[in-house]
Amino acid sequence: MMQTNRAVYRRFKNRIVLGMMALAVIVCLIPLAALMTTLLSNGLGSLSWSFLRQRTEEGAGVGNAILGSFLILLAAAVFAVPLGLALGIYLTQRGTTRLASASRLLLDVLSGIPAIIVGVFIYTIVVRKSGFSLHVGFSTLAGALALSIIMLPIFARATEEALKAIPKTVDEAGLGLGLPRRTVVLRILIRAASPSILTGLFLALARVAGEAAPLLFTTDKSEYWPSHGVKDLATLKPLTEPISSLPMVVFNYTTSPKPELNAQAWGAALLLVIMVLTIRLSTKAYTAWRYGGKDGHV
Amino acid sequence: MKSPLVEEEEPGTVPDVRPVPPKPTMMAMSKPLPVPAQRTAAPVEQAPARIAVRNLEAGYGNHKVLKSINMDVPPRSVTAIMGPSGCGKSTFIRCINRLHEETHGAWSRGEVILDGQDLFHPSIDPVDMRRKIGMVFQRPNPFPTFTIYENVAAGLRLNGFRRGAKLDERVEKSLRRAALWDEVKDRLHTAGTGLSGGQQQRLCIARAIAVEPEILLADEPASALDPVATERIEELLLNLKQDYTILLVTHNIQQAARVADRTAFFLLGDLIEYGPTNDLFTKPKDSRTDAFISGRFG
Repeated sequence: MMQTNRAVYRRFKNRIVLGMMALAVIVCLIPLAALMTTLLSNGLGSLSWSFLRQRTEEGAGVGNAILGSFLILLAAAVFAVPLGLALGIYLTQRGTTRLASASRLLLDVLSGIPAIIVGVFIYTIVVRKSGFSLHVGFSTLAGALALSIIMLPIFARATEEALKAIPKTVDEAGLGLGLPRRTVVLRILIRAASPSILTGLFLALARVAGEAAPLLFTTDKSEYWPSHGVKDLATLKPLTEPISSLPMVVFNYTTSPKPELNAQAWGAALLLVIMVLTIRLSTKAYTAWRYGGKDGHV
Repeated sequence: MKSPLVEEEEPGTVPDVRPVPPKPTMMAMSKPLPVPAQRTAAPVEQAPARIAVRNLEAGYGNHKVLKSINMDVPPRSVTAIMGPSGCGKSTFIRCINRLHEETHGAWSRGEVILDGQDLFHPSIDPVDMRRKIGMVFQRPNPFPTFTIYENVAAGLRLNGFRRGAKLDERVEKSLRRAALWDEVKDRLHTAGTGLSGGQQQRLCIARAIAVEPEILLADEPASALDPVATERIEELLLNLKQDYTILLVTHNIQQAARVADRTAFFLLGDLIEYGPTNDLFTKPKDSRTDAFISGRFG
């Protein structure tokens, strides 16, 4: 009698807790679902072939902004990857030193700095054409620098964690083969950690891909294609010119009084989300294909 | 730098032409051994040892793990280092390829003499030296994201050995030597981590012998494996001793009895007893050895 009562009570408790957890999941999914449906219902209408291909001149399309976003992200990765890798390696190889703990603290502080402050900072020392500054003007270069500062703490800590997750015995196996430590780190550990490092990189890229605040003060906007052909790109001149990007289009068009531009802002926002999702899913697919496991785990 | 790797000869036949020492060299050990200095000096002169350990002490920070070890290891044989957990047996063999010093806070003093040369001498580069002394670890540790082929080739490739038919040959030879070739020849370019535990450990042995070392250190190589895989590893060690001087750490008494020509018994950082395996197991001279092999502790 007692036994059955207890069993019934236990099953009842079990159901209540399960129900609460299911409810929590649904509550979490509601904002996501609402966001996606709003985005799709408002944005899908603007999507068309010409919207993807034409320049932002007179609201014709967002082609130059798509390309611009990719170029800024690429340039930001060029700055952030070597630095982040170096930092991550340093933090794992000399992790117990004072300088290492100080760097770790600084990286954490850096990741807490609002993006707009980073934008203003780069504006002051790179963009501005007066005072103590590089006098570069609004440019891809300045935007990439701003985004790379935001990416750096994310990517460096991801690299550190990825390297830390490689068992110590792998390190020792490399040393045991008579390889110098630099070879073990650069050719074995970095490679062994590369799926997680790649995941970290693309998380960092996805994080900054949607940032408008730092670009506001650094890239400005442009109605033209970022470059006029390969020759122009080779001179690196486009790097020093203002450039268009999807977050800036979303920002500018949303605040515009013209309803047709408001509609285009939804389209650009949808593209931005698709872009970030594509980056994320293709990393997953690549690491799964290349290393035969879920990302980070071989 | 390259020369030791590019040589084409069989590993064992290269430098070592000295005769195998008469078997019962250490008979001088008949009395109990409280005074380390007395145990060693005499027998060394009579029988050239491949590795001679003199007054080796090692530890971490204030903690002394090894207390003045003296030991001679004859060439082309399996020497077992046996003892309960925490007796310093792993630390001991990690001193021989100087992997011990790579741990934070680790120290060691004394001499480890290989072919008449002190490996602790300041003029010795541990990186070059480790190429002569291969190591197999407690847990199989193939390089993550490396294929089977790349794992075996790693020690050669990362030391500047070119890709090509010669490398293929070396990889095949090493895998055959490690009794793994037939199982993996059709999947050389799949992940090394995809193999079973026992296969992974044989892969690690193949990786270690691919750089053609002269000494092979094995730190409880079968402790993470099932009995069948353990038996294969033991067979392999017996096979490899024709060419290599093998030091085998084990906490498994039966394993020492099955595989080793000579056995050393370590307890709390002291070398308690060392001699031909048969003698040590049938008529141990120290009561503690007797207690350990008859299973009364450890």
